[in-house]
Amino acid sequence: MTPEEILQFERSLEKISAKAEEFGLDYYPMRFEICPADIIYTFGAYGMPTRYSHWSFGKSFHRMKTQYDYNLSRIYELVINSNPCYAFLLDGNSVIQNMMVAAHVFAHCDFFKNNQWFRHTSRNMVETMARSGERIRDYEFRYGRQKVEEVLDAALALQEHIEPRYDIGKVHPKKGGNCRHSVSGKRETPYDDLWELDHKQPETDKCPKVKKFPEEPEKDVLGFIAANSKQLEDWERDIAFIVREEMLYFWPQVETKIMNEGWATLWHARIMREIDLNEEETIEFAKMHAGVIQPSRTGINPYLIGLKIWEDIEKRWDEPTEEEREKYGRPGGQGLEKIFEVRETENDISFIRNYLTKDLVEKLDLYIFKKVYTKWQVIDTDWERVREGLISILVNGGNPYIVVEDSDCNKNGELYLKHYHEGRDLDLFYLEKTLPHVYRLWGRNVYLETVVEGKGVLFSFNGDKIQKKVL
Amino acid sequence: MFDRTFIVSKDDWSLHRKGYADQQRHMEKVKEAIKKNLADIVAEESIIMSEGKKIVKVPIRSLQEYHFRFNQNKQKHVGQGDGNTKPGDVLGTDGSSGKSGKGPGAGSEPGVDYYETEMTVDELAELIFEDLGLPNLKEKRQQELITDSFQFRDIRKKGIISNIDKRRTILESIKRKALAGEDSHAIIPDDLRFKTWTEDIKYQSNAVVIAMMDTSGSMGPFEKYIARSFFFWMVRFLRTKYQNVNIVFLAHHTEAKEVTEQEFFTKGESGGTKCSSVYRLALDVIEKRYRPEDYNIYPFHFSDGDNIPADNEACIELVKKLLNVCNIFGYGEIEGLYYNSSSLMSVYKKIKDPKFTSVLIKDKTGVYTALKAFFRPQDEVLKI
Repeated sequence: MTPEEILQFERSLEKISAKAEEFGLDYYPMRFEICPADIIYTFGAYGMPTRYSHWSFGKSFHRMKTQYDYNLSRIYELVINSNPCYAFLLDGNSVIQNMMVAAHVFAHCDFFKNNQWFRHTSRNMVETMARSGERIRDYEFRYGRQKVEEVLDAALALQEHIEPRYDIGKVHPKKGGNCRHSVSGKRETPYDDLWELDHKQPETDKCPKVKKFPEEPEKDVLGFIAANSKQLEDWERDIAFIVREEMLYFWPQVETKIMNEGWATLWHARIMREIDLNEEETIEFAKMHAGVIQPSRTGINPYLIGLKIWEDIEKRWDEPTEEEREKYGRPGGQGLEKIFEVRETENDISFIRNYLTKDLVEKLDLYIFKKVYTKWQVIDTDWERVREGLISILVNGGNPYIVVEDSDCNKNGELYLKHYHEGRDLDLFYLEKTLPHVYRLWGRNVYLETVVEGKGVLFSFNGDKIQKKVL
Repeated sequence: MFDRTFIVSKDDWSLHRKGYADQQRHMEKVKEAIKKNLADIVAEESIIMSEGKKIVKVPIRSLQEYHFRFNQNKQKHVGQGDGNTKPGDVLGTDGSSGKSGKGPGAGSEPGVDYYETEMTVDELAELIFEDLGLPNLKEKRQQELITDSFQFRDIRKKGIISNIDKRRTILESIKRKALAGEDSHAIIPDDLRFKTWTEDIKYQSNAVVIAMMDTSGSMGPFEKYIARSFFFWMVRFLRTKYQNVNIVFLAHHTEAKEVTEQEFFTKGESGGTKCSSVYRLALDVIEKRYRPEDYNIYPFHFSDGDNIPADNEACIELVKKLLNVCNIFGYGEIEGLYYNSSSLMSVYKKIKDPKFTSVLIKDKTGVYTALKAFFRPQDEVLKI
């Protein structure tokens, strides 16, 4: 964009932000940064401009940049969940394109600020990641790049296994005497333990029985290992905690992808329609918008599916059917109110479960497909099974659910992980390559119990080789 | 102005090189992985058969970001059609399902459990040949190998206009005007200076490689493939590292004949095996065209070792004769499906000459082992 175009863009932003506010969008102060394609792709690959260095980011940067160079795919923006909210726009875009992207970004920011699944995400993550990146760099100088990379490789292999619901529905186990360890419940202040003195449990036996540690299966595998591994040096522990912290920050974005993209698409379209554009600009906008909501035969386009669900909710609450009026007491005219409520309370799973209707599945022509021998084949179009199929893909961010069962297996400090099998087997080749990473962090034998073709199987790694035992 | 909720800025990002730095690191890791797997990659069919293609795909199995994930082949996906999709509709066949970048894209394509990187054959060759060289190379009388490099060393007043030396021309002009006390900026023909080159001639030791291959009926597809893979890399290696090494191709069954490079790599023959025939031809070629006083001579012979027993003694005698005139003699025996332990290899155990090297190849990885065994430089006279 030339300096004149930037000025023009700035002026149009006043209109866009005014419209956004008029529609009721509530966002943080915005910082728009115009940057060249390779910078956008760098940020896209790292997820954050200030993140630490790792070859895997270089790999995805290379792939994204190549696709861009060959005109295969394009990122238009990168928006950061932070306060103020940073948005990086492509220098090569036209003014109209960046206007649409900006309108899109205002809605993303509204979503970050108001959706309740984001309530615990740090809004200072740009700075936090910069500091973490600095520390990791310092470790590279002190302990060598190879060693740091090894620890990062291992921690990243486990990064999906954290507990994003750490504050929900957890009954903190009552303290039964500090026989083995103290339960590390989350304390709000350093003085919280004083409250417990009021209701002291009568201690019948001093040490009831040797308890398993963790007492309850622990979903936060990475956090558990980082906190309890006897093998890790302090700096290695730090790296594991950094990886975990960053994943906790990114997690709500993974869990609200369809909603968030749909929301942003809904509002960029409405805002742009309200702004005076000439004929040429209108066509340019329409072309870009159409590109964004293009359906995909081999996956779902979150921009499109999200948008359609939002529009459908609004319509059904604005003009409820006779049945809906009677059955649910929906008076009508509440469409806008309803979608703002939904954007506050739901995530993708509940969004799909509550609002992907029979009508929508059929109208959008959604289906389930899988590989049948060498062919990719549609196997189901029944709306309820399609909905459940989509949800099952989204559960736990699309990752298998794995917990720490015991950290003193065989009374030898060995780590026992368990995969809660929900109908889908694990990729065994990947499994065998991942266990050594877990071992690198834990330092003693590691086990993983899973189900393979209906049979319980226990995999283990002892630092030398993988073993497999049918249970 | 100050109550605005947004700021637009455009910084200079040219020093932000992080993406490129980590990309570099990734490429380094790719190269490390390739080096670790050279034995597998060297005999990779897609590379050997890539005749003519500049870029090849090199499979590497150690560059995934491993984590616990679901079995991709059993995974169910959700897609969107353009109306009336029914169960049983086919979206695509193996590997070609995703035309767009969305959905189960290349990265998560089921069945692909390794990472493929693209590189040029030359880049790959460089990695493979890093530690290889021609062994026992000696200075010979007639020195003919020319490295055709040019050096601009001289400056003249006449020359081709494209070779003009601007800096010196301007200097001349300034000098002339300073002497004359003039103040114009003109350049007159007399100011012009030109760079002139001289050809750099380095004399090097001559070398000839005699590639001998058994093409008899007992050489099955596997044996031929191994032999060809070896010679494929050998030819590449010689052509990359040494500018003018002669290569003679000899194919044999019971009779031997000299063939062109193309025939050598493509033609199959049949019949029995008499290895002595090719050794005789080799000696003949050496005597007529590559005299040992002038040339470093490297004969390599690949066979399945299934020689007519009556011919074995003759072979030993001829190999000994060859050893007298050449720098090393390499014999590669391929252990195929019908391998017979009373092979030529067991006969050659009697040869104690240190210049004689033999390698037994059992599978594809043996090709790299053979390359390393035959081309280990002892004294590197011919270092370019």
